[in-house]
Amino acid sequence: MAKPHELWSAMSDVPGYRPIPEGAMPTHPFPDYRSNPVRVPRRPLVPIPHTLSEVTGPVYGHEAVRTAEADLTTQHAGAPLGERIIVWGRVIDEDERAVPNTLLEIWQANAAGRYIHQLDQHPAPLDPNFTGAGRAVSDSQGNYRFVTIRPGAYPWKNHDNAWRPAHIHISLFGPSFVTRLVTQMYFPGDPLLPLDPIYNSVPDPRARERLVASFDLEATVPEWALGYRFDIVLRGRRATPMEA
Amino acid sequence: MAGLTPSQTVGPFFHYALTDDHTVSELASPQTRGQRITLRGRVLDGEGRAVPDAMIEIWQADAEGRYDHPDDHQDRPRDPTFHGFGRCASDERGCYTFRTIKPGPVAGPGNTLQAPHILVNLFARGLLKQLVTRVYFAHEPLNDSDPVLGLVEDDGRRATLIANAEGDGSYVFDIHLGGASETVFFET
Ligand SMILES: [Fe+2]
Repeated sequence: MAKPHELWSAMSDVPGYRPIPEGAMPTHPFPDYRSNPVRVPRRPLVPIPHTLSEVTGPVYGHEAVRTAEADLTTQHAGAPLGERIIVWGRVIDEDERAVPNTLLEIWQANAAGRYIHQLDQHPAPLDPNFTGAGRAVSDSQGNYRFVTIRPGAYPWKNHDNAWRPAHIHISLFGPSFVTRLVTQMYFPGDPLLPLDPIYNSVPDPRARERLVASFDLEATVPEWALGYRFDIVLRGRRATPMEA
Repeated sequence: MAGLTPSQTVGPFFHYALTDDHTVSELASPQTRGQRITLRGRVLDGEGRAVPDAMIEIWQADAEGRYDHPDDHQDRPRDPTFHGFGRCASDERGCYTFRTIKPGPVAGPGNTLQAPHILVNLFARGLLKQLVTRVYFAHEPLNDSDPVLGLVEDDGRRATLIANAEGDGSYVFDIHLGGASETVFFET
């Protein structure tokens, strides 16, 4: 089957985005993730061109984001329990160009592995000083930075004795509808990673490893917090509409 | 070349970060030009059960068919009161609702014109990557020549992309993740 871009490149007036490389994104159905098969289509996805509708997208709410929203440790009267960390990185595209001024939204469990969400039934304590949600906007170089605490692992009912590796959920928009990305950041050396179906749903192991942050001594603030670096790569644009 | 960051599921616990405080279900202001519509429907899984934990995002042009985006160079005025982005969570019955305006036709590939349509990104626990579809509107003359609708060959399948008008001015667009009336989803 022809890729949408090959099919349409000669007819398109707007440069679209490159096709997603084989293995870089999870595909479906993926039965190891128990709730996946009943929620994914059985008929093949229909490839479509990147029209003006797909190459545009929301520049959403950026004006309203306050600097303080990037610090998840100062949202309450006291400091949250747990290991304070700095999570920072660059948002770039496949051509390594900065993606500036894009909204990042994060959410996570507390240090005990419990979400403040009312549906989280894990019998671990809530932390009155931790909500676990933050927002930031990438700067002109694509850089972003959050201060938070290291989330705990938590059990889920996917299979017998199933535990999610520690992770931070990250949502970002990028410059168009097709650059929209919701992902999760993991921590280096987590022994739960090889056992986690969600992490392992990414077919290409090199792509999978891009979900793991690296410890960053330079970003570590002495006597205060460990630093982790997590660069995020969004889809890159084709050079011209005619590029095959 | 840098390798893409893979997608991972939004999971069940996104509401307090993404939709409790940051829902956008009213897209039009009193000054916005165009025909007011309510776009609503249900999200259902492959066995017809409600999906109570989905996040639905929409993206659309204004009544003139212009997007609020620097790459839209179409030669027509943009409505400065309209931004075209919405998002909300489905409720326990799988229902979602947006109040917006019907978008105008947008330029398509070549010399084509796209019928009025709204893009949808759907996220949910169980989905490892968002599903993408489009909402079209029943009885729009341009539907017959729309370059994207035309890629869906089967009439019955194409019908899953058409929202039907109800008496109260709302358009109903149910999203079937699977089953006999599975919605058409796109690879972009
Ligand atoms: Fe999670």
